[in-house]
Amino acid sequence: MSKLIFEKSVPGARAFALPSCNVPEPGELPDSFLRQEDALLPEVSEVEVVRHYTELSQRSYGVDNGFYPLGSCTMKYNPKIDEWAARLPGFANIHPYQVEETVQGALELMFDLEEMLREITGMDRFTLQPAAGAHGEMTGVMIIKAYHNHRQDLHRTKMIVPDSAHGTNPATAHMAGFEVIEVKSNERGLVDIDDLRSLMSDQVAGLMLTNPNTLGLFEEEIQGIAEVVHAAGGLLYYDGANANAIMGVARPGDMGFDVCHLNLHKTFGTPHGGGGPGSGPIGVKAFLADFLPVPVVVKRDGRFALDYDLPLSIGKVQSFYGNFGVMVKAYAYIKALGASGILEACENAVLNANYIRTRLRGHYDIPYDRLCKHEFVASATKQKKEHGVSALDVAKSLIDYGYHPPTIYFPLIAEEAMMIEPTETETRERLDDFVEAMLAIARDAVEHPEQVKDAPRKAVIRRVDETGAARNPVLKWTP
Amino acid sequence: MEIKDGLYYSEDHEWVRVEGDKAYIGLTDFAQEHLGDIVFVEAPDLDGQFEAGAVIGAIESVKAVSDMHTPVSGKVLAANEILDDSPDLLNKDPYGQHIAVLEMADRADLDKLMSSADYAAFCDKEAE
Repeated sequence: MSKLIFEKSVPGARAFALPSCNVPEPGELPDSFLRQEDALLPEVSEVEVVRHYTELSQRSYGVDNGFYPLGSCTMKYNPKIDEWAARLPGFANIHPYQVEETVQGALELMFDLEEMLREITGMDRFTLQPAAGAHGEMTGVMIIKAYHNHRQDLHRTKMIVPDSAHGTNPATAHMAGFEVIEVKSNERGLVDIDDLRSLMSDQVAGLMLTNPNTLGLFEEEIQGIAEVVHAAGGLLYYDGANANAIMGVARPGDMGFDVCHLNLHKTFGTPHGGGGPGSGPIGVKAFLADFLPVPVVVKRDGRFALDYDLPLSIGKVQSFYGNFGVMVKAYAYIKALGASGILEACENAVLNANYIRTRLRGHYDIPYDRLCKHEFVASATKQKKEHGVSALDVAKSLIDYGYHPPTIYFPLIAEEAMMIEPTETETRERLDDFVEAMLAIARDAVEHPEQVKDAPRKAVIRRVDETGAARNPVLKWTP
Repeated sequence: MEIKDGLYYSEDHEWVRVEGDKAYIGLTDFAQEHLGDIVFVEAPDLDGQFEAGAVIGAIESVKAVSDMHTPVSGKVLAANEILDDSPDLLNKDPYGQHIAVLEMADRADLDKLMSSADYAAFCDKEAE
């Protein structure tokens, strides 16, 4: 492993030379607020700084390097034209405090993006403020809470989440002050509607659900689920992390959901996972629109404006108006695909997942082996039982084959889970190559399991001690 | 996989060792094997009152964070402080390390738990 930038520090080395200060020294600042010793910044020459970070950048792995089948993360290719759009000076060089008359184009883009998201989801109003998916969840659950409170329905202290839920769902409900109640999955991997019925009461604020769920399976009884929740006075929250599986085909608003979030950085092709900030807009049905964060973008007499006049609003959830650059990219993405392109992207995402699933069949266990949506769960139970090779070992081995590993050990209801989401942007040849790598690892597990357990063997950094890092974390460098 | 005689077992894979009115609660070998390397134990609050089946703490492994339930109702008398620094002992010696000690409120709770033989059959079924 190469050295940290701090370890490369040489006293006196400089990457810059500032002219002497021509602003008067701030003499009146109290001593207690002034630094008494130099900051411990690394002293490195300019060329060494450039080399250091260039080396690190070359070690990173993203969708522009290769296939990234990270389940539930929708690591699709991010079209470069969206970057061009976000860098247009009219979008990139505006200031959030500019008067509305001078940013009409930016406001129009937000207004139009909201309209497109409404059409895609079947919801009535949106806020574009939340900065990511979990932030959107938090906003949505706060709106649900505000709705019940406004109706003086003050005993709804519980939120139901499935045992297959994304971890953010129970975390969000807990953060918002709800007691989290788990609803079981049935043997088909779907919400057990009888269990749900038994859990519903006038103390339940709502149900948080993703559809398709984390097994990539569509909740076929969604209308029945919605009826059960609504009949008891609860609301339905749609976790939009898996929206890539239904966009253009089915809409949360039509399924009975009252609140939904979307991850622009997953479904609508903007970079994420270190590649850029996220954006997690929230859509609501009309009866919840008054609770949205302020401001919302409105159109009055042909002009666009920011409306702060929502007396029941839960307030602001993000500085200014959200991650605007991400909105521009998502807008460009949706406009480039159009309605038919959105549908086609969804269909190809589903096709690609089913293609890999059927090709891995017989080599890996597939716990819920039937038509899936955009992702599916494979399992290393067979390899674990017969050769001691776990899902973790398979994942590490994939690194040696040049692939980013899938999500592992999630969802929790599947043993030795490997959650694979190829997305629509991969070619048939790429999918085949990935499958060949998975089959080779399955053979390796039989023929020389010790090598798989030792993987990665070709990476710059070999198997890291994840347990040791968690038990005894070293969080800062010390000289 | 080891299952120890003389203990009571819950369907959440916790064991209970009874000494007088005290119930020592821990994780079974089956549970630690499935959780993987345990990296953190969130101990229950001292003097906390819990109903049987309630969540009293959490177990974090390299795979996931799982709720820790109490199979019996009662008041928390003590937590096993050794686990603060050495959570790995739950992997190495699951029956030798308890997680909490409760003052049992109702001995009838024990009737709802499994014997070692019943628990062995339960695990076989779960493993299928």
